[in-house]
Amino acid sequence: MSGTRTLALVPDRAARPPGAASPRQSPPATPAAQPASRVRRLLHSKALLRLISPLVVLTGWQLASSAQLISSDKLPPPTEVWSTAVSLITSASPAYGSLQGNLLASLERVAVGFGFGATVAVTLAVLAGLSRAGENALDPLMQMVRTLPLFGLIPVFIVWFGIGELPKILLIAIGVAIPLYLNVFSGIRNVDAKLAELGRVLHLRRRELITQIVLPGALPQALVGLRQALGVGWLALVVAEQFNTSAGLGFMISQATQFSRNDVIFVALLVYCVLGLLTDALVRLFERRALSWRRSFVAA
Amino acid sequence: MAPQLRGSVTRPAGAARPATVASTDAGASPGDAGDSSDWVARVRGLSRTFGDRRVLDDLDIDIAPGEFVALIGRSGSGKSTLLRALAGLDPECTGGATVQGTTAVAFQEPRLVPWKRVTANVCLGLRAAHPRQAAATALAEVGLTDRAAAWPLTLSGGEAQRVSLARALVREPRLLLLDEPFSALDALTTITMHQLVLRLWTRHQPAVLLVTHDVDEALALADRVLVLTDGRIGYSCRIGAARPRDRDDPDLITARADLLAELGVAMEGIR
Repeated sequence: MSGTRTLALVPDRAARPPGAASPRQSPPATPAAQPASRVRRLLHSKALLRLISPLVVLTGWQLASSAQLISSDKLPPPTEVWSTAVSLITSASPAYGSLQGNLLASLERVAVGFGFGATVAVTLAVLAGLSRAGENALDPLMQMVRTLPLFGLIPVFIVWFGIGELPKILLIAIGVAIPLYLNVFSGIRNVDAKLAELGRVLHLRRRELITQIVLPGALPQALVGLRQALGVGWLALVVAEQFNTSAGLGFMISQATQFSRNDVIFVALLVYCVLGLLTDALVRLFERRALSWRRSFVAA
Repeated sequence: MAPQLRGSVTRPAGAARPATVASTDAGASPGDAGDSSDWVARVRGLSRTFGDRRVLDDLDIDIAPGEFVALIGRSGSGKSTLLRALAGLDPECTGGATVQGTTAVAFQEPRLVPWKRVTANVCLGLRAAHPRQAAATALAEVGLTDRAAAWPLTLSGGEAQRVSLARALVREPRLLLLDEPFSALDALTTITMHQLVLRLWTRHQPAVLLVTHDVDEALALADRVLVLTDGRIGYSCRIGAARPRDRDDPDLITARADLLAELGVAMEGIR
């Protein structure tokens, strides 16, 4: 969009007396930077506001533990969870490995599963969304898969694919693919027919119609699907990692269950929480950028 | 009236496109005439039915190069159906609707793509050597240079409709189809838009087919006014008055009364 911005500057420059400094050299950056920093400050304060309730819960949890209201066997106090986390990071234990090592294994699993599932889902949704034949061929299958209980597949997958990485990644991929497929498909189908007609009047090539009208039009709905997909993805990871793993957050949990180490279980669970929050924040950030045409409407 | 001069605004070369044939199922075949220079659009035996209802019934229309034609009719009379046939948007109609040269359409709702900024909307599908430059020129002509980087959802109704006009004109159409483009605008904006359309028409000389339900709009703008009744052109009149036109021009008053009578509206005390 740099071209359009230059356009807007043209009358400005024409009105300027010949000797005056060009707009690029004068400091117009300051007024532009001010609202940006104000926005940043607002975001910061909003982020801080969102921190209050988790902190209250954490403090209550700590106080209750210190006052012996909760047995530390059932729920270890935050300080203990923290020190366990630190020791798991600083030294690899023979029973659990290191926290970062397990985290990395889990991230890799979820990334591969998500990448695979998302690629398949978006491809199928575009094929089904853009052609009647594609819809007839693919949609019934996806609707069938959708009704399958995801975690009921685990025993079947173990029989088929053994106990290696493949069944775990497939479980995550299917969990991701279903909500993404459904939302991208319906997003494509709900693109305003009048805009498709406009594309015909403007003689858009098929590729242009898809990239400029159909896919951007489906994006808001696709992002809803993305959020659901990430949610299911993390869930599938937790479940998948409980079975026959030698690394990963789920592995930590199943080991800790055997050794009755509640503190380790809580470290793993909290890491899951943080990962979920982080991916959600990432999607939000992307949403804010990709759908800025909508946001300006809200602001107007 | 068939002006030969092209617009005075410089346009990038290569923007002209070969003849677009909207539909040539039957009727006038492109090769049947040595008179192909005196029409831009030719409709022959065009029919369209929706269920049992025959909306267009064996319709014939010629539009000359540079001619401004207004098509009026009651709602549901098939005005928009005819326009859609000429735009190549209706594969279901039978008969021939042939257009020589590029066609551009401005719809009733501006139909701007909401996720493209104004300039990108004007450039959409434009095959020109310098599309952005062409878009900038077109936006300047409709007076929207300062909104070039705006999102469509931030525009007013009049601004959006002007972008839609710029998007149509930047294609240098030989036939410009206007489908009630001002019907959703307020009265003051409409007057401004009429002046703008006349200015652009004078400068670029496209043939125009304006579909409207507003008799006064037709009288203010068109060289020829057609009334669509029962799927046929029931009435046609030429308006010779010089533009800008005075509403109270005696010729226009007579024509208005005739047109309203044709549309079935009684005008007591006028004649």
